[in-house]
Amino acid sequence: MIKRAFVGAFPSLVIGLGGLVLWEVSLLVLKPDGFLLPRPSEILGSFVEHFDAIWSATLNTGYIVVTGLIVGVLLGVAWALLVSRFRIADETLTPLAIALNAIPIIALAPIFNAWYGLLSPTSNQAIVVLLVFFPVFINTTKGLTSVGATEIELMRSYAASKWEITKMIRIPNAMPLFFTALKIASSLAVIGAIVAEYFGGSQDTLGQFIVQNAASGRYTNAWAAVIAASVMGITLYLVSGGFERVATPWRPDVDLVG
Amino acid sequence: MTEHETQSPSITTTVELDSVSKVFNLGKPNEVHALDSIDLTINNGTFVSLIGASGCGKSTLLRLMGALTHPTEGSVLVNGKSADQARLDRDYGMAFQTSGLFEWRTVIQNIELPLQLMGWDKVLRKERAREMLELVKLPEFGDHYPRELSGGMKQRVAIARALSFHPQLLLMDEPFGALDEMTREHMQMEVLEIWEKTGKTIVFVTHSIPEAVFLSNRVVVMSPRPGRIAADISVSLGKRDFDTRESQAFFDSITEVREALRFKESNR
Repeated sequence: MIKRAFVGAFPSLVIGLGGLVLWEVSLLVLKPDGFLLPRPSEILGSFVEHFDAIWSATLNTGYIVVTGLIVGVLLGVAWALLVSRFRIADETLTPLAIALNAIPIIALAPIFNAWYGLLSPTSNQAIVVLLVFFPVFINTTKGLTSVGATEIELMRSYAASKWEITKMIRIPNAMPLFFTALKIASSLAVIGAIVAEYFGGSQDTLGQFIVQNAASGRYTNAWAAVIAASVMGITLYLVSGGFERVATPWRPDVDLVG
Repeated sequence: MTEHETQSPSITTTVELDSVSKVFNLGKPNEVHALDSIDLTINNGTFVSLIGASGCGKSTLLRLMGALTHPTEGSVLVNGKSADQARLDRDYGMAFQTSGLFEWRTVIQNIELPLQLMGWDKVLRKERAREMLELVKLPEFGDHYPRELSGGMKQRVAIARALSFHPQLLLMDEPFGALDEMTREHMQMEVLEIWEKTGKTIVFVTHSIPEAVFLSNRVVVMSPRPGRIAADISVSLGKRDFDTRESQAFFDSITEVREALRFKESNR
């Protein structure tokens, strides 16, 4: 299993390392102005040098991302369950969800800072919740409602109740789409948290670290924080994929994209 | 709750339709008269096929028996009670053209599904599901997922599931319609075997004349727009085997059904 995973990852490892080497070498040869694009080795140096600050910022940003992601996912799933179950909910909550999604959510960040206090992480969490909510809602609803007529008739022939149909048919049917949404949402959550942090919230976050270092021309440090944020995004994606594999054992090869 | 026997032996009619009409979209511009004053009585233990062109209402008729749709006029009785009550009492099992197996459940879990809904104990459920797998000759496939099965195997599992709670009545809507000819003939033999072994009442919707004749005691020929019963033909071929399809009696019955279908066509 582990060996297979390693063999499967080999091509991407080659591409990744090759890209880094190419990046490093071409900058050494071309020698552009250092602040435009630092070399990977310089970024790594910054990362090691500022590890404590970056680690602490990563923990704080990670807290905002994970809590916002959990609340947003729960909200999206609950909303989808209501909408798929009750016509009245569908007629009222679906347009509301679409309207919410039409708001450029990042634009709310400064406003949320005013609501929740400039230094409170709550405003950043709220941005993450709003960003995550919609893809989870729309995909889960699709999964809950795209059950074939034959399947519904079968369940009715067994005198199954509506709740039994939801529990035994609609929810398992929605699983693949839900996990697709979760993977999208986990990346969105990182983006949303960091952009929201640019505008305020706690001062010890990756977003603030990037803004402050970039403002004072220390781009290598900013890059180091970007790397930390990327690692967080990849980790969340992989964790989502892990949950998917455990929750949908009937699907043969749920791979990274599936 | 454990065993769920659905039929008292004194009842000899399983299905009784009394001047049943079905109109879809009643009062709207797209109103469709699917069925018009259908009278049909099906005796316990018979194998009845409903045959006719697409749109003749044969599937609607089957759904009325299962209370999956309701008549605009007339009454439908199943086992002497309203079709709705019979559905709630799980008096019938149903199989469709698409197997309707749930991909997230293994074969065994699919067969267990109705039993689970009926609140059966886990051990009894497994035991019964294994028995049903024996009946449809797939004993070694219990732990497979549906995607690993061929079309014919899926239909066998669907039949096993429909029979898992021992309903006396089996409603089948073109269950072999999507299968290739070889598999189809094989499945027909197996259904007959099950029918002989269990003595179920089977109502079988098809648009294949040889299939209807080969399987049934009785072929109900339907004509379209509005759906009516054009002819009610009894078939007596004795015990079916591989020679039956080449016997004169088989061809005679096929001709009889074909002419009944054509007669209605030309009279439209």
